[in-house]
Amino acid sequence: MNKQPIISIQGLSKTYDGGFQALRDVDLEIRKGEIFALLGPNGAGKTTLINIVCGIVNPTEGRVTVDGHDIITGYRATRSMIGLVPQELPTEAFETVWNTVSFSRGLFGKPANPGHIESVLKSLSLWDKKDNKMMTLSGGMKRRVLIAKALSHEPRILFLDEPTAGVDVELRQDMWNLVRGLRDSGVTIILTTHYIEEAEQMAERVGVINQGSLILVQEKQELMDRLGNKQLRLHLHEPLESIPEALSGFDLEFVPESCELIYTYHSQRERTGVTMLLLALGEERITFHDVDTKQSSLEEIFVNLVTWEK
Amino acid sequence: MNLYAVKAIYVFEMARTFRTIYQSILAPVISTSLYFVVFGAAIGSRITAVEGVSYGAFIVPGLVMLSLLTQSISNASFGIYFPRFTGTIYEVLSAPISYVEILLGYVGAAATKSIILGVIILATATLFVPLQVAHPLIMLTFLVLTSVTFSLFGFIIGIWADGFEKLQIIPLLVVMPLTFLGGSFYSVNMLPPFWQTVTLFNPVVYLVSGFRWSFYELADVSLWVSIGMTGVFLTGCLVTVWWIFRTGYRLKA
Repeated sequence: MNKQPIISIQGLSKTYDGGFQALRDVDLEIRKGEIFALLGPNGAGKTTLINIVCGIVNPTEGRVTVDGHDIITGYRATRSMIGLVPQELPTEAFETVWNTVSFSRGLFGKPANPGHIESVLKSLSLWDKKDNKMMTLSGGMKRRVLIAKALSHEPRILFLDEPTAGVDVELRQDMWNLVRGLRDSGVTIILTTHYIEEAEQMAERVGVINQGSLILVQEKQELMDRLGNKQLRLHLHEPLESIPEALSGFDLEFVPESCELIYTYHSQRERTGVTMLLLALGEERITFHDVDTKQSSLEEIFVNLVTWEK
Repeated sequence: MNLYAVKAIYVFEMARTFRTIYQSILAPVISTSLYFVVFGAAIGSRITAVEGVSYGAFIVPGLVMLSLLTQSISNASFGIYFPRFTGTIYEVLSAPISYVEILLGYVGAAATKSIILGVIILATATLFVPLQVAHPLIMLTFLVLTSVTFSLFGFIIGIWADGFEKLQIIPLLVVMPLTFLGGSFYSVNMLPPFWQTVTLFNPVVYLVSGFRWSFYELADVSLWVSIGMTGVFLTGCLVTVWWIFRTGYRLKA
């Protein structure tokens, strides 16, 4: 993957008129062609960040460039590169799908191209709805139309702000397949989502934002390796009444009358303690018939990070 | 210049007009025709001619101006308010389009609708009263200037309004009374001297007077004063719109 940044954010802050500070001195670089997931709780500043890059919200301080162009002085160049799928579902109720998608293409300075609009609608399974008025569509279909609008002008960067909120499982899978296809064609994708398993599946890098500050930006795998705990789960032959004294030095989780003994450890540490634990179990004549390990999910990491920040 | 964007907004707005043709075109034409029937034919037949022009014909410029003003404001204010209300304004704000281009799209479409409507009303008037246009070019200039100016004014109202009620307040409580009291149905000279002076504070007087002059060479104030006052109002609207875009007032947080 190309490591050259396509979006560069430096010292970005935003304070709204009411005094609420939504962003605090954010520095971030998005690489060309990557899928970047921006995670954070509600009100963390994700949408404000996206809206500033897209030109919908004015920054209070800081500078943003897109492919080397400043978003204020070179707004025509930056905005023509960007497609945005907003979190809400704002649509022109009385317009047809075809008209509203064609409108978006014109608005972004592209000449009419019915062939492209047709292929976008077909890729989103909207072709048979092209003459339907927006108000007749379901929420999921409206979401597809918003994606079609964002793709109508062939953007090089696509912002997806909670794109799968309120969308059924099948449609969600279709969307992610589409996103992967876009990424393969060279489009840079920045997404925010509450479905952290999606970020885990889709993203190459993850940024965590909380209370307006960017807490962390890292390769997803590195993040999971660095901050992720691993659990060793031992399925015992016989349930324990209590943890023997010899095992009290290990961080063991034990549910009385359960046949499971869980050992949590940091997989990246030089000494994980697994060998010592197994030896100690042998000395205590505690036998087990199966063993498995489980890596912490991105969600668990995210919750830990945000909780730690508080 | 992003002409594709201007065209997209313009066509989108014009399409809305033709989709709501009963409300946009037919309703104002019918209501203006009723004015012709009531004031022109029924009551007008009992009123003596005003400076040689039959009363029915005398009120035509005022009625056209009434429609131009109300429709320009209504079209432009609704055109920009509706995307703000539904949230679709995000797309315009995030598009590679300048403020001038946004104005050309929205205000251009609103003014075009008003001009079309004005022409239709003039054509309708010929069915009821004998109509003459002494200075077609000046008439056209007033038609276009008024439509553009009040479409800009409507655009400002559409940005300012934070509810449907506010959209209606200025047209109904300010513009409509000013138009009725601005010499649409009478010559200012018919008023007592004190009220003649008061009337001169009403900007609509200058629009109606100049527009009527282009028809019958009858005016309450000088043609150039009319053109000048229209220019002043146009400049005021342009400065306000410039300020709105510069500050992002009610558009950008």
